[in-house]
Amino acid sequence: MEHSLKIKIKNLNFYYGDFKALHAISMDIYENQVTAFIGPSGCGKSTLLRCLNRMNDLISTSRVEGQILLDDQDINDPNLDVVTLRHNVGMVFQKPNPFPKSIFENVAYGLRVNGIKDKAYIENQVEKSLVQAAIWDEVKDRIHDSALGLSGGQQQRLCIARALAIEPEVILMDEPASALDPIATQKIEELIHHLKRSYTIIIVTHNMQQAARVSDITAFFYLGKLIEIDDTETLFTKPKLQQTEDYITGRFG
Amino acid sequence: MNKSSSLSRRRKLIQASIFGLFRLSAAINGIALFVIVYFLVARGWRAINWTFLTQPPREAMTEGGILPCIVGTLYLGLGAILVALPIGVTSAVYLNEYARPGRLLRAIRIGINNLAGVPSVVFGLFGLAFFVVWLKMGVSILAGSLTLGVLTLPVIIGSSEEAMRSVPDTYREASLALGATKWKTIYRVVLPAALPGILTGAILGISRAAGETAPIMFTAAVFYTPSLPASVFDEIMALPYHIYVLATAGTEIEATRHLQYGTALVLIVLVLGLNLFAIIYRARLQRRR
Repeated sequence: MEHSLKIKIKNLNFYYGDFKALHAISMDIYENQVTAFIGPSGCGKSTLLRCLNRMNDLISTSRVEGQILLDDQDINDPNLDVVTLRHNVGMVFQKPNPFPKSIFENVAYGLRVNGIKDKAYIENQVEKSLVQAAIWDEVKDRIHDSALGLSGGQQQRLCIARALAIEPEVILMDEPASALDPIATQKIEELIHHLKRSYTIIIVTHNMQQAARVSDITAFFYLGKLIEIDDTETLFTKPKLQQTEDYITGRFG
Repeated sequence: MNKSSSLSRRRKLIQASIFGLFRLSAAINGIALFVIVYFLVARGWRAINWTFLTQPPREAMTEGGILPCIVGTLYLGLGAILVALPIGVTSAVYLNEYARPGRLLRAIRIGINNLAGVPSVVFGLFGLAFFVVWLKMGVSILAGSLTLGVLTLPVIIGSSEEAMRSVPDTYREASLALGATKWKTIYRVVLPAALPGILTGAILGISRAAGETAPIMFTAAVFYTPSLPASVFDEIMALPYHIYVLATAGTEIEATRHLQYGTALVLIVLVLGLNLFAIIYRARLQRRR
């Protein structure tokens, strides 16, 4: 099955002050696929992920060279509104971070800050997102209770629902299950599987079994460089490079 | 064996006496408050009655009550907070959320810290020169509120900044990642999360302002006025200034002793009541999370 190109990264360098965190990264990310970034801590995979919705803008000393094209549009173009970009590229963080608001208000937040006032639409969208994030049945009776009363796994699915509510095209997930227990992790993985029908998903993970289970394409990073990228199955069974094989078999990293 | 057990006994003794010393230091705070309140209650409670709380002073202030002073102090506290809260919170938002570290930020911070260190009588003189005379406000609630507002600003800025700093960055990140602008993030996430801390600071600010004498003696408060104020341009009586007047400037200092203590008791109950309200309010807001 052919998938169309969603994001094209061309010769991307990234700096934190004087430190070069990413070296000449070039890669393609395809629509309705799950792309996993793997590699040891500090290899730059989270930095790259955060380049894709420009969250690195928050770090005043950061600097980007090269291009990231989302649907052929350079996302670092000074004329591009970063708010629009983040509307199209949602993000789920490592630790569940719901707002200290009700479950409903958490999911409605993205709609409200984007100026949507239509109550019926918001209610509909909140329910739809919670259903999509496979948490609706657990929260429908207490949707106006505080989100902070949910368990960690529920909070993370709520955060996914919150990201879905504004209907992004791409969802970035930064180790979304690393703070969760195995059962909650399994739920998140099943969810990712469902979501790729409608979204392009990029997931950073430390857990290689997870990458193997959920992704279609896996990219292996080491010391800020993209070492190898391939179909997940090929990368995990017949890696081309010794370095990749050493990492996925646990001989280093 | 023997030697080591005596050493260990010695260690325990030193440990116990040092902790005892710390405990005593901490206890002195509570004791000081208790002594002050006890002293005021013992000497002032006889003055407190319905007439005292609901009537203006009579007979050269040796009879009657302190109603205009209570009303005046409430107006001044309210006025001060109306001035200081908006300016203080917006300053804190700028300092904590927008300002880039650098010379300007340092200069502003030095300014705020020094403002906090200015003696209150200097605020009084400043208020007299600037608000009363130069801006032609006259001795009025307005001039006094502005003066007290400036005095309270560092407290409000400090507590607001503290409250905003304690809002986790993960909230900000989550909001920005959902396509919120920086301002919307502050308005919809940071400020609501910081609200308990900000309001607590505001109430503590009011209670501080309510107890000040020097800043209002040239700007708002007068020796005696039988009527309650009709507008913000009216002069008023105020509790702290009334105590000062009765205790130092009256014609019947000895005869009004119990009224002085009574007034002081009313003032401290007002201030402690505000503080208590702030504590309960904050606890309730935090529990609702």
